[in-house]
Amino acid sequence: MKTDIQLNVNGKEHTVQSAPDTPLLYVLRNQLELNGPKFGCGLQQCGACMVLLDGKSTTSCQLPVRTAAKYKITTLEGLVDENGRLHKIQEAFVKEQAAQCGYCLNGIIIASVALLNESPSPTDDEIKEKLNLNICRCGVHSRVVRAVKASIE
Amino acid sequence: METTRRNFLQQLGYVSIGFSLMGAAPVPHSFLAPSKMRGSGKRPDQNHINAWLHLLENGKVLIMSGKVELGQGLRTALKQIAAEELDTRLDLIEMQMAETGKTPDEGYTAGSYSIQSSGMAIRNAAASARETVLKMASEKWGIPISQLQLKDGEVIGPKQKISLHQLLAGRQIEQEVGTPSEFKGKTVRRFVGKPVPRKDIEDMVRGNPIFVQDLRFPDMVHARTVRPPSYTSEFVSMNESDFDTQPGFLKLVRKGNFIGILAEEEYQTIQIMERAKKSVQWKSEDYLPANTPLKDYLKTLPLETKTQEDKGDAQTAIDQSQKRHSASYFKPYIMHAPNGPSCAVAIFEDEKLKIWSHSQGIYPLRNSLAALFKMSEDDIHIIGVPGSGCYGHNAADDAATEAALMAVEYPGRHVRLQWMRDDENGWEPYGTAMIVELKAGLDANGKINGWQYEVWSDGHSNRPDGTPESLLPARFLDEGYGAPGIGYKGGAVRNSVPYYTIDAVNVQSHIFLGPLRTSSLRALGAYANLFALECFMDELAHKADIDPIEFRLMHLKDPRSIDCLQKLRKNTSRIDLAEGEGLGYAFCHYKNETAYFAVAAHVKVDRKNGAVQLKKMWAVIDAGETINPDGLKNQTEGGMIQSASWALKEAVRYDARHITSLDWNSYPILRFPETPETEVEVIDRPDQPPVGAGEVAQGPATAAVINAIFNTTGVRIRELPVTTDALINA
Ligand code: FES
Ligand code: FES
Repeated sequence: MKTDIQLNVNGKEHTVQSAPDTPLLYVLRNQLELNGPKFGCGLQQCGACMVLLDGKSTTSCQLPVRTAAKYKITTLEGLVDENGRLHKIQEAFVKEQAAQCGYCLNGIIIASVALLNESPSPTDDEIKEKLNLNICRCGVHSRVVRAVKASIE
Repeated sequence: METTRRNFLQQLGYVSIGFSLMGAAPVPHSFLAPSKMRGSGKRPDQNHINAWLHLLENGKVLIMSGKVELGQGLRTALKQIAAEELDTRLDLIEMQMAETGKTPDEGYTAGSYSIQSSGMAIRNAAASARETVLKMASEKWGIPISQLQLKDGEVIGPKQKISLHQLLAGRQIEQEVGTPSEFKGKTVRRFVGKPVPRKDIEDMVRGNPIFVQDLRFPDMVHARTVRPPSYTSEFVSMNESDFDTQPGFLKLVRKGNFIGILAEEEYQTIQIMERAKKSVQWKSEDYLPANTPLKDYLKTLPLETKTQEDKGDAQTAIDQSQKRHSASYFKPYIMHAPNGPSCAVAIFEDEKLKIWSHSQGIYPLRNSLAALFKMSEDDIHIIGVPGSGCYGHNAADDAATEAALMAVEYPGRHVRLQWMRDDENGWEPYGTAMIVELKAGLDANGKINGWQYEVWSDGHSNRPDGTPESLLPARFLDEGYGAPGIGYKGGAVRNSVPYYTIDAVNVQSHIFLGPLRTSSLRALGAYANLFALECFMDELAHKADIDPIEFRLMHLKDPRSIDCLQKLRKNTSRIDLAEGEGLGYAFCHYKNETAYFAVAAHVKVDRKNGAVQLKKMWAVIDAGETINPDGLKNQTEGGMIQSASWALKEAVRYDARHITSLDWNSYPILRFPETPETEVEVIDRPDQPPVGAGEVAQGPATAAVINAIFNTTGVRIRELPVTTDALINA
């Protein structure tokens, strides 16, 4: 049964009509038309669908939208400021050219932002540990680590 | 966001364009240039300049390539090539990639051939265009060509200048592509050879819509496929009465053994598909060889044996040598396993099909679809849109076919199909399992005097080829198409003949039709061949008691190979190895004719639990003329990491019925904490032709890892993937 659900996404309040057990990912992509969060596995194994919930990186592919309603949700799009300026991590990924196909970037950037929220100057190992859930099949890992480090320098 | 979305759709030719797009709101750098021409269904004639290059009203130049962007940075590299010949700033060059009826038919984007083929075709066309317009202006003004130049979209004379659009009076350059007298890419190199950044990465980090997965159309419906339990399952029955009551349910499409679900919303579709999976009855047999070790089983299959190389008398040379050595290597089935499962959007309207796909070959896919649907090719329009990185022939074409099958049953609405993770892992065409057996002899100086090589492999490509069989769903339909045969056999023997100087060499190939569905995976057979060959070289060096780099140098003559290895030696000369750490090397001349590549791996092995930690990998690569050194580095770094993942983690598992590696737990790949630091040195040789490099790292990087493990443990791993068991207390 669909109901009205209030969501706070990227600083704005939205009312969506959805079955409450629909995973947040589908609501973000298909109702709010956001492209950042991606479907990768639907199993909480790859990180492609990550969003920030109150600043913490969380997979959205199995998270019921009714649960997500309790948090402030930030997607990749929401990291860009109101003047269109990129977050320093986004900027570093562009500068370091840390992407191939880019499908994984959403989750990797979201998790990196969450990491810097917790610890402002992480070591290489801490960066890698934080990104443990994020699958990248193109092998841009070493560039990603360089980009995250560059963003804190 | 609305603007972005509208532009994305416009760029994909959905919204009819009634005004000049260029004058509209800023167009985000998307993978797809605005549609400027209506697709007629016919292939542009590649002998003419206007197949590759169009002059736009706003002074920009549109370059058309039949290749697709796979994350390899091809769009940027092709832009650099065109900009150079046209002496025109990069921001004045637009790119249109892969769309039937608009771009040239360049077959597949595969085999690291895109720079060699599309890049050189565009270089030729752009240089011809330059010479043509200079000649036109020279005739118009009565000034010799030597006093004219083409710059940033204008022809400039001593006192006059004219835009290309004006010069051509709005027409295109229809002349034939000639043989230009100068390539600025070889002489000037203002853009070529520079690390021009990719523009699409900014779109990625902003979350702009760039993937086929991001396409949304008004009234679009969602589709999912109800997979059978195995390759050969047959439909028996299903309780269909149940579906009507499901929220959002639109249609059940059943054609023979193919079942698809259409519903209004994506998650509804997934739920109905899962319900359907439970209610459908299939007849399935157990037939996969789950109880026999794969490497034993493969040898029981009928084989097609061929001699690939026979020079000197290898057998006698080995028999008479001072030292003899033999070894056997095995590589399991490996999957492409893209991060994002395959996806396509299709619409069937007015008896015509339009499909958005991340296929690597839109024209070949169209041929096969025309055969499957018994339609004219001209009535099928395929638009290439980037997907998640594919590394070869993954399920892109299959998803496009399934979306089309369902669109035909539900005309007038856009149908979006994305495969689920278990669809992708369980049904894609894998890179085949392979066996290599090697024997060699060493003379008194430690030189190889005889070499015997045997390789067992399935074919390596079953891409769409104009027949329906290469498309997965075909076999499930009532028409009785069946599965394709062995496919491209040439892939199996890629790099099977050693590049090293050896007098007596014998190479045999044995081709089988294996139990699992296979097709092209990055580097094809060169992966297993170079893994085996480069591990064996390390073993021989050890036997001869010669440094492994020195041992390779003893068997190489050409200066480019030697240069790569010497640079690698220098770059790794100051590594301090701690307790439990090892360094391993490998080399290749890809396909024995394209790029040169030397690689080193630094590993740490924990003897207590057998865990291998990769610390760092170094590479030196010479791909001839370098178009974009950063792009080349990126590809090489990624190739090394993917190869290390194949070596340390990956094997497709199955039981008697079907694949069981259906998610990231049952098909683990290297994760961040397990990945190494990377360092790549590029040797740029502008005087040489540019060659592709996207596949070069695969085989040697695995060998370097395995050789590094030996270097610290003394254990030779000859079966992939490396298991901890092999290394515990070894
Ligand atoms: S899609 Fe959510 S973790 Fe993979
Ligand atoms: S860049 Fe392709 S999956 Fe990471």
